[in-house]
This record gives sequence, structure tokens and C-alpha cells, in this order.
Amino acid sequence: MSSSYDSDTSGAGAAAGREVSGRLPWMLVLPAVAGLAFLVLPLAGLLVRAPWSTLLQRLAEPQMLEALRLSLLCATAATVVCVLLGVPLAWLLARVEFPGRRLARALVTVPLVLPPVVGGVALLLVLGRRGLAGQWLESAFGITLPFTTVGVVVAEAFVAMPFLVISVEGALRGADRRFEEAAATLGASRWTVFRRVTLPLVMPGVVAGAVLCWARALGEFGATITFAGNFPGTTRTMPLAVYLALETEPEAAVVLSLVLLTVSVVILAGLRDRWVNSP
Amino acid sequence: MSLDGLRSALVVHRPAFTLDITLDVAPGEVVALLGPNGAGKTTALRALAGLTPLSGGHITLDGRPLHTLAPERRPIGMVFQDYLLFPHLSALDNVAFGPRCQGVAKAEARRTAAALLERVGLADRAAAKPRELSGGQAQRVALARALAVRPRLMLLDEPLAALDAHTRLEIRSQLRRHLGDFDGATVLVTHDPLDAMVLADRLIVVEAGAVVQQGAPAEVARRPRTDYVARLVGLNLYRGLGDGARAKVGELLLHTAEQLDGPAFVAFSPTAVALYRTRPDGSPRNLWQAGIDGIERHGDNVRVHLDGPISAFADITPAALADLDLSPGERIWASVKATETHAYPA
Repeated sequence: MSSSYDSDTSGAGAAAGREVSGRLPWMLVLPAVAGLAFLVLPLAGLLVRAPWSTLLQRLAEPQMLEALRLSLLCATAATVVCVLLGVPLAWLLARVEFPGRRLARALVTVPLVLPPVVGGVALLLVLGRRGLAGQWLESAFGITLPFTTVGVVVAEAFVAMPFLVISVEGALRGADRRFEEAAATLGASRWTVFRRVTLPLVMPGVVAGAVLCWARALGEFGATITFAGNFPGTTRTMPLAVYLALETEPEAAVVLSLVLLTVSVVILAGLRDRWVNSP
Repeated sequence: MSLDGLRSALVVHRPAFTLDITLDVAPGEVVALLGPNGAGKTTALRALAGLTPLSGGHITLDGRPLHTLAPERRPIGMVFQDYLLFPHLSALDNVAFGPRCQGVAKAEARRTAAALLERVGLADRAAAKPRELSGGQAQRVALARALAVRPRLMLLDEPLAALDAHTRLEIRSQLRRHLGDFDGATVLVTHDPLDAMVLADRLIVVEAGAVVQQGAPAEVARRPRTDYVARLVGLNLYRGLGDGARAKVGELLLHTAEQLDGPAFVAFSPTAVALYRTRPDGSPRNLWQAGIDGIERHGDNVRVHLDGPISAFADITPAALADLDLSPGERIWASVKATETHAYPA
């Protein structure tokens, strides 16, 4: 019985192999190539139109370095905030049964689909100087968030956090919960289980989520300019600088874009080899 | 009866299934829960560990209630079927994990762990990650990890099931020695009768969530009380009505070695069944005509499945099979000597 079944399946496998190695369907190949070109050509265009002769000179301009420094700083700070708040949130959504969990999970993804400008407006309404929480923050602690560097971090974290939560929650759901049970039988409290077993097991998911989160924060434009404004040195990040330069100095915009592209690709590629692709 | 050891009544309701057993284990005693897949053995073990909540009943360990405690507060050690060693920790840190959770300082926890690894013969594998360990090594690390918390109740879920035949033999005898040294109560879950016989002082057979038989391994092996147990220990088993030295099983009257009246079990080994092409001379007293339902290899012998007035297994040598020239569907004569049968009250 079983041997005839085996030979049947191997026969089917061989047939499938012949089909795949036959003529490629142009209905799929044509749009696929067009799609690839669509994604790659603009980047190639950046490289082609870059003012290579004056590149070094432009790179050394203080506004450029300032925007770059601010971008890296804010994206990193936003990622730290997202990890500190998002990992526990993902744990709560994945591990604890509570009423309204489905709703909470849906709400977490709202910033993903919300236009970033709308996110920025919403942040202003809540954390602005006349906002619900903003008024209280200012009167109680003298803290104002809008139009400050901290405001940039807040705006970026708001937009980027869903990437981290979704990634970590997926990793938590995929992790074998019986390791946590084994830890419990060894006397580990739930906090110890999380710290010493769960977190190390889902670390690849946390890192992947943090990378996505960082990349999203680095490129953030809409919520940042709405909530934090566009002040050189305090809130003008690279994307804002690019947009601004495009109106006055298109060559500078290209250089800025090139720098942003290079930083993103280098860091993502480095982390990818180290974490995301490793089993 | 003393309050020491484990005393428990475990009731767990599941959709389409209820576990309801009592389980008492003395300190130093090893009890094996034996049963087919889905009988509720692992559920019972998880209930003892607190990983599955009880629907009813109670658990007392050394006189103190256990069922009111969260899993991490129960003085238990558990060895899981696939060990569940933490993949990111070395063997040493896996074993030290329990003591660390109990608040032991890192250095001392590691000393304890190193001593335990030495005891299970793995001192040289302390730095290895679980994925670098063989199945037998991983099993021993899992045992050391469970022992490291100084449990009063040891729970082992199919501890040898994941091992290949050769490793299994060696690990089984080592496990027996370690369980012998352990002074707390031990509950072992297995579906392998050999593991149960070698490791346990007492067997509890669970089928469909209920205890169907319990006793010393030799007793269970000699006097099975259900078809499942009979198959496990390799006996033909029939329920009938005893009448002196005879028992009526279905339409057949079997002469037995023991005198017995009333509901009775009759058991005999497949090797005690003799097969004949034609009705044998001298007419042995337990003789019946049977059809051959199937023939299969069974170790070095051949197992013939018989139907007829009673269905039975007969084990014969390949040479005998060739001499008799048997094939499925044929009618033959089967007999078993009265002295080879064993009758006991049902």
C-alpha cells in the first residue's frame, strides 16, 4: 500500500517539475519585470543624476550633517521607545486573555493605515500646547512636545510602533509556549519566564521588528512636519530637508536623498545578514 | 495511612473527554501511568504540575495541598517528552535555571548544576547548547534539570519515547538507577509496556480517562484485565464464565489450570497455541476449528491471526509455517494445553 502511494507522489512531483521548467507564462513575467523596473529605476535615477563632482563638498555642509545627525538620533530614540513600550504590548496581546483583546489588536494597527499627516494632527490635538494631555504636561512639568526634537521622536514612534508590535506579536505566537511551561515547572515566575525564556526565544522577531521600526522612523515625514514642524537643528530631519531643498536647490535634494538611501541600505543590509535571515 | 507522598484525585473535563482517576504514590515509589494515546495520561501529569487546571478533585503532597498553588510554586520536577531544553542556554545553564529561580546565587547554582551533570555522566558536555546534544544526552540534561530543583514529586512524560532503540536501552537502565536514588514520589507516563515494567514499582493502566487496572508490573503482565493490556503484554485474553476447571468463553469451553467459579478471565500466550492441518490424534482437550485471518512477522516468529469461536493469536516458527503451508482464508485446527492457560476472577 504505502510503496505504491510513495511512487504515486514521486511521479506527481516529477510531472510538476517538468511543468515548471516549461515555457514561462508572459502574463506573469511581463508585469513582474515592469514591477521590478518601477521599484529600481527611480533609485538608479538618483545615482545617475547625482552631482558626483561636488558630492564631497556638499556632504561636508553643516546643514547636511546636522540633518543627518538629527535623523539618526531621532529614529534611534523612537526605536528605543517603541521597543520599551511595544514589546510588553505585544506580549500582552499574544499571551494574556482580556476582554477587548481583539479590539486592542485592531487599534494597534491603525497608525499603519492612517495617513501620517492625520497622525500628526491627532498628536497635536492630544499633546499640543492646547491639547488634552499637552496642557497638563505643560502646567505640571513645564514640558512642551510640539516643535521640539522630543516631538520628532514622539511623531516617529507613533507611526513606527505598529511595525514592532506586529512583528513581535507574530514571533510570540510562533514561539513554542511549552518552553514557558517548562520554565514554570522549574519555579520561574511569569516575569522570570518572560525575561529568561520568552524574550531570548523571540529575539530574532524583536530585532526584525526594531529594524523595520527604525527604517520607518528614519523616513518619517508627514507626522513629523505636522507635529514637530521644520526647524533647522531641532526638528528638520533628512526627509524634511530633502523636500525643502527640492524647491530651492534640486542638486542638494539629490545628495540628501542619496545619503538617506545609503544609510538605510547599509544598516538594513548589515542587520539583515546578522539577524533577520539567520534561522 | 501516612500523609507522606502524593495523594490525589484528578478530574479534568474536556469536550468529549473526562479524566477521572485517583493517584497515590509513596515517597521513593515509581508509578507508571500506562495507556493508549489519548487515554489522558499526559493530561493527568499536566494537572499534577498545574499546567492544566483541575475541574475537580485535589492534590496533596507530603500532607500539603498542591492544587491551590501555581505551577512555579509546586515542589515538582518535570521531564517533558521532547525535553524542552532552553535552546539559548548551555546544558549547564539549563540545569542551573531551576536553582536560580529559587533564588540561589549564580555561582552556587552553577556548582549544583555541574555536580548534577557529572552524576548523569555529562560533565564534559556542560558548555554544549541543546542542539549540539544527542537525544540521549538531551534526555539526561532534562533529568538533571528536573532534579536540580530538589523536587518532592518527579513527573516524567514519555521520557524515552524520542530515543532510538539502542540509546533507549542504555538510557532506560540509567534512568532506573537515578529514579532509584530519588527519595520523592515519581509519576511516569508511557505507552511502552517495557519502559513501564523496567522503571516502575507499580503500574496504573488508564484507558479513556479512567483507571482500568493497577498493580505490580508482574501481576499486570500475568493477569491482564483489558484487551489493551493483554495486547501490551502479548497474551490472548478472554472474558468468560468459570465452572470448576473449565470456563465457557463464547461458544467454546476452555479447560483451565485453575479452579474458578463465576465471571473469569482466561489468558494464554500466543506461543502456547498449536496449529494442525487435520484434526490431531489423542485429541487435546482445548481444541477448536479456526479460520486464518492473517499472517505477519512477529520478531523471529510468525504470528497467525485466527478467527472462529474465539479470535486468537498463534505464534509459530517460520519452519512450522512452511510445513503447514498456511495461507489466509484456510480452515485449520488450533489447540492449547490446559496447563498453559491462566484463569482468574473477572
